[in-house]
Amino acid sequence: MNILYDERLDGAAPQLDKTAIRDSLAQDVPGLTLLHREEDLHPFECDGLSVYRTLPMLVALPETLAQVEQLLKTCHRLGVPVVTRGAGTGLSGGAMPLEHGVLLVLSRFSRILEIDPEARIARVEPGVRNLAISEAASPYGLYYAPDPSSQIACSIGGNVAENAGGVHCLKYGLTVHNVIKVKVLTIEGEHMTLGSDALDAPGFDLLALFNGSEGMLGVVTEITVKLLPKPETAKVLMASFDDIEKAGNAVGSIIAAGIIPGGLEMMDNLAIRAAEDFIGAGYPVEAEAILLCELDGVEADVDDDCETVRRVLEAAGATGIQQARDDAERALFWAGRKNAFPAVGRMSPDYYCMDGTIPRRELARVLKGISDLSEQYGLRVANVFHAGDGNMHPLILFDANTPGELDEAEALGGKILELCVEVGGTITGEHGVGREKINQMCAQFRPDELATFRAAKAAFDPTGLLNPGKNIPTPARCSEFRTIKSAAADPAKQG
Amino acid sequence: MDKTTETPHDHDASESLAERIRQASANGTPLRIVGGDTRGFYGRPTEGEVLSTAEHRGITFYDPVELVVSVRSGTPVAELEDALAEQGQMLPFEPPRFGEASTVGGMVATGLSGPRRPWAGSVRDFVLGVRVIGHEGIEQRFGGQVMKNVAGYDLSRLMVGAQGTLGLLTEVTFKVLPRPGASRSLHLEVSLEEARNRLADWGREPLPISAAAWLEGALHIRLEGGPSSVAATRERLGGDELDENFWPALRDLKLDFFGPGSVSARASDPPLWRLSLPHRTASLGLADAAEDSMIHDWAGAQCWVRSAIDAETLRSACRRVDGHATYLGACEGPGSDEPFTPLPSVLLKYHRNLKAELDPKGIFNPGRLYAAF
Repeated sequence: MNILYDERLDGAAPQLDKTAIRDSLAQDVPGLTLLHREEDLHPFECDGLSVYRTLPMLVALPETLAQVEQLLKTCHRLGVPVVTRGAGTGLSGGAMPLEHGVLLVLSRFSRILEIDPEARIARVEPGVRNLAISEAASPYGLYYAPDPSSQIACSIGGNVAENAGGVHCLKYGLTVHNVIKVKVLTIEGEHMTLGSDALDAPGFDLLALFNGSEGMLGVVTEITVKLLPKPETAKVLMASFDDIEKAGNAVGSIIAAGIIPGGLEMMDNLAIRAAEDFIGAGYPVEAEAILLCELDGVEADVDDDCETVRRVLEAAGATGIQQARDDAERALFWAGRKNAFPAVGRMSPDYYCMDGTIPRRELARVLKGISDLSEQYGLRVANVFHAGDGNMHPLILFDANTPGELDEAEALGGKILELCVEVGGTITGEHGVGREKINQMCAQFRPDELATFRAAKAAFDPTGLLNPGKNIPTPARCSEFRTIKSAAADPAKQG
Repeated sequence: MDKTTETPHDHDASESLAERIRQASANGTPLRIVGGDTRGFYGRPTEGEVLSTAEHRGITFYDPVELVVSVRSGTPVAELEDALAEQGQMLPFEPPRFGEASTVGGMVATGLSGPRRPWAGSVRDFVLGVRVIGHEGIEQRFGGQVMKNVAGYDLSRLMVGAQGTLGLLTEVTFKVLPRPGASRSLHLEVSLEEARNRLADWGREPLPISAAAWLEGALHIRLEGGPSSVAATRERLGGDELDENFWPALRDLKLDFFGPGSVSARASDPPLWRLSLPHRTASLGLADAAEDSMIHDWAGAQCWVRSAIDAETLRSACRRVDGHATYLGACEGPGSDEPFTPLPSVLLKYHRNLKAELDPKGIFNPGRLYAAF
């Protein structure tokens, strides 16, 4: 089942007159930059999931809140779908444009409005880059904790839309745990504030509901995030293992010892070799797996914890344990991990990054399952993941120029996600569903649960104009998904 | 689970609860959801047939290594916390108990957190997933038992604090954490102003503070963390030792300030208000409620005040600083019609829409949060 918008499965797209809409927007929204020529639209045809592309009908680049408000009102009146986009670094096609829709690009909303070091908050526009918040807070000894791998480029608005994660999540939480207030515009152009500068707000926790809602409930126009004091110190240990299962068990043992690391990451042999070739981080290339365990906090506690973790790793059968001697070496250890995706990318013309979470106790079973699937599909898979919270990122290597290989990679990815669900996990830990995992939502949720999601959506966007086709599949799509699955399970049904 | 192994402490009543909801839905009968019935003072009174979760009890899954526990909603909070303590773990948000019978369902539905909240997070921050029976009488599962899960809308966290108005919680999965290695509590005699200044300074340093409340002329501080840092910070901050039992008493509103017995025990007391305020709120400028007679918990972000002040005066003062005020107490008093701060009209509209979508017959705790739904 193709990921591109399919009217038969995703609902009829509205019949729109591009010129008339362009004229209406130009008239209703003074000063709005509106791109419409094909060559201007091409840079926006995909987000970070670049294998899937659709040319948007129009691209709007507003500069003021009044413009966004008016644009939404006009689109609402004319029945024009709106897809909101930030930096475009999303990996699940959450900001993939629609042929019959306006792409609302918020990259010009990139001002840090306020850093309040006493209240330890930052108030920012949605287009501000994740890392820019920590940079601005740094002079006050503060930082913003969630750190997606794309943090140098991704925007905070997109982080809210996808409830983005990163290396720090086990200890410091996801985006939803670090955002205290958002201002949103509804599809009808109404202003709403969710959450508050206080620690809670009256009414339903709509702030939690909007985090990770993939731009389908409203357009986020301002975000207030929590800032944390920078830990006094951070130290990292690297442990090598000759067996991936031992590495997996070591993760559980560290947590069982009562320690919550600031970061706990695992890489398999293929990923280790790729990263070492690319960065020269000093990784042991013969190891079947390495664990990177970062402990942060007050110096005395961190030293105590390093000792405990070292003992736990030895008991877990680590073949080597190395503690970074200084911050430079610590940065180098992390550089290999942080660049693992592009490093693996150098080994293959293309790669496809999956994102599923599993209970950690199922790690060995899932890795074995992935290895079997990798053989079955004849495609190599490198494993890099946030071991502390069971969030896996299998990287499927393929060549898009070989006919059929993309389809195979996509099918293999789908099987990996279904395996995650089978062991009690989920099809996405931090990238979101977007278009990419729309089919696998039918594996994770029953029809009545999906109907409840649709009911929640209808409360905010009854005509379904905000980011249609993303996140929650239609009954028609799930029906098709189930038919295909049951046919695959029973070859007699295959035509 | 094998029915023959069930005990009164481990009983799955979800099917009979679902059947009651199907009937209520068919007849349009409003339901008043009750667990241990210890949190009735929090919110508007609800007229409806009592639907009790008290028999729906038991921990269904607990893996200390995964830091995950799943528990049926009628399970007493104390029972859950005891099971976690046996493994050296805890619910980091330190939920208040308003009686031995306080249940997990009530804890989640009201969404109240204890003294550790500003440092550790709130109830919703530790909810990973829920099972909930919706208006059709079908148990549905949202979220899950893993740390990171962004599939679909976050309906599990939406249920926290919704006071049972969107469906019946039958099971909740929490992220739990190890208990801190060391804990010390201090009592420092300083003025409110001085306490505010010190907390602001300390807040920008990575100090192991896990509770801070100013009342009766003194700042009460709890330090939690590694033994080394707790000992060093204890030395640095000075002050006297404070009995650790102070914190559960504050958490459960059992300090003398709150009155004997329960929050709403004495009709003669002025009403009790909970103010939720941004950190570093200097002063609300309220003539009728002297700030040094309040409890300033959460390093000032949650204040408790007993005052006969009228609701609108108090609420506008809070609104000016982006905070809000909640009335707690008996069902009579100046704030009892609207114990929660009224919502702006646009927000109210979307609350009603959401309620109408998820509970079209209006059977789940109608009017519990606001009269409008």
